Amino acid sequence: MIGKWTVLCSMAGLLSACALLSMTAKDDAPRRPYGVLQNATGIKQHTTGVKQNVTGIKASIERGKKVYAEQCLSCHQVDAMGVSGMTPPLVKTKWVLGDKTTLVQIVLKGLTGEIEIDGDTYHNVMAPHSELSNQQIADVLTYVRSSFGNKARAITPAEVAAIRAKTK
Amino acid sequence: MKKFLANFLPVRAAWLILCGCILAFSACAGDAARDTSKVATAADNGSGTGAPNDDGLILPAGFTVTTFAEGLGKARHIAVAPDGTVFVKLAKLKDGKGIYRLRDTNGDGKADAITGFGSFTGTGMTVRSGYLYASSDEEVFRYKLDDKNNVVNPDQPEKIVTGLLSRGEHEAKAITLDYDGNLYVNIGAYSNACQVQDRTKGSPGMRPCPILDSAGGIWKFKADKPGQTYGDGVRYATGLRNVVGLDWNKATNSLFVMQHGRDQLHDLFPDMYDQKQSAELPAECMYELHQGSNGGWPYIYYDEFQKKKILAPEFGGDGKKTAGEDAQDPVMAFPGHLAPNGLLFYTGDQFPAKYKNGAFIAFHGSWNRAPEPQKGFFVVFVPFQNGKPSGDWEVFADNFSGSPALTASGRAQHRPCGLAQAPDGSIYVTDDSKGTIWKISYKK
Ligand code: HEC
Repeated sequence: MIGKWTVLCSMAGLLSACALLSMTAKDDAPRRPYGVLQNATGIKQHTTGVKQNVTGIKASIERGKKVYAEQCLSCHQVDAMGVSGMTPPLVKTKWVLGDKTTLVQIVLKGLTGEIEIDGDTYHNVMAPHSELSNQQIADVLTYVRSSFGNKARAITPAEVAAIRAKTK
Repeated sequence: MKKFLANFLPVRAAWLILCGCILAFSACAGDAARDTSKVATAADNGSGTGAPNDDGLILPAGFTVTTFAEGLGKARHIAVAPDGTVFVKLAKLKDGKGIYRLRDTNGDGKADAITGFGSFTGTGMTVRSGYLYASSDEEVFRYKLDDKNNVVNPDQPEKIVTGLLSRGEHEAKAITLDYDGNLYVNIGAYSNACQVQDRTKGSPGMRPCPILDSAGGIWKFKADKPGQTYGDGVRYATGLRNVVGLDWNKATNSLFVMQHGRDQLHDLFPDMYDQKQSAELPAECMYELHQGSNGGWPYIYYDEFQKKKILAPEFGGDGKKTAGEDAQDPVMAFPGHLAPNGLLFYTGDQFPAKYKNGAFIAFHGSWNRAPEPQKGFFVVFVPFQNGKPSGDWEVFADNFSGSPALTASGRAQHRPCGLAQAPDGSIYVTDDSKGTIWKISYKK
């Protein structure tokens, strides 16, 4: 059981690491040089601790799975497929795979109002989770973006910190 | 806390055993079904062996089922006119229509004349005194029916009630009528537990809860007066978080409702409730209401194990402190989070005598039991005598989900929602996942 999980984990870790390194993921445009984060105001800043290697991402995913179980699972469900008519899935949605700023802000500020995914509408309340640390948010989003059939790049605590700083 | 836990253990063990049985059972049933598939007769359907019949349901011995209609999408509440004409309200337009009229002209138990009208979505649907009542999430409409139960003016219903609050949570306006010309409308609370910030850890409960002025209860309006809004109606009952299943009980001449209990005790108070407790608590409750009734939400919830009204943690509760002296006790309590969406008091003569005046309840099925297995997706029956339950609830129709595994994962194929009784004493059950309507009958 544990063995299986570790293998799975490292595979997932490898995958997202590859995505990160090869920068082929379609998540944020325009492509940026490795280690440079461009925030919404267009100011370039060097991120700290960007040298996330394969093991770093693997560990992040493992921690993220725990954060998911405690903070997200009860609404978005074990398989991240959500609840029909209430809670949207976290599988290949434009928010999960898309712009990191929007995604991190959903976790920080929550989300209300009607949204539509594949012709189904959702309008329940997603509470803010701003009490989570930058590390926890990075971990859970990295986990979600590399699980449930999703493939998008890892998110670092530094990126979360930068987004948090400009989020009111 | 220990004691609290101990209360759960027998239930948990029983559940596990039950689960095992169902699994074992369905394993056998699966084989049986394969052997007899397509040659199963109506008699086999209701054999009470626990095997799903042709139409996928498991029913008590002697009951049969036909798939009356399929593919209607989000089929919510359903009503039947005195001649047997069926009307169903959809929560998502199908081919641009929000209400469908269905007739079975050749009596084979399947609808063969189906037409749609009405361009709004919603939940409420009921027929009374020559009118069809339908609700959107903000309004209640009514359509005049002619003596053949055709809708006289399908494009111009009267707007009986307007301007009701709908804020994205518990927005369905379930409706029913009494026999004195009054309309009862559920206005669900747009909140889980009336915290300052909904569903947010650490956010305190608001006392008094401001939501209760305009939601979180049942409002009473005149059934025949157009253009009413809050000021024209009265708040009939308060302290009800959300009600979808409701029915006027002819035997008691009173309103019965099924409340959807609060969610997320563990998410919001992880130090007080573990995930298992959070899956079981609080109970889904049946209440009998009168003018001024109070269910106690958001200040209390009902714990079916301690059999007490417990102070909600947002208001200083710890899982043990009781409160809500001004709130009434439920008529009956059901397991947590099963989401009762349909209630029907059975007045027919077709079913065996024990069903007369009893309550059928359609449980839509849970989501807030995760990571514990989900539960529900069935229709239960509660026997009544002299206006009170005369026995425990029992599962009447099961396997809407498709299998025990699909129930546990919550990925149910069908989710029971609305209930109605046909003039011949059969009952209809809707499914708002794929839009199937079943007709369940009893054959001696
Ligand atoms: C209280 C239930 C609840 C919890 C807990 C919750 N969510 Fe949500 N989430 C929702 C709802 C409801 C929406 C849709 C909100 C709307 O309709 O505006 C949503 C929307 C989202 C979206 C955008 C839509 C989509 O499906 O892509 C993302 C991303 C998301 N949630 C991620 C998370 C993550 C990550 C967590 C854990 C940190 C989490 N959610 C915890 C209920 C919840």
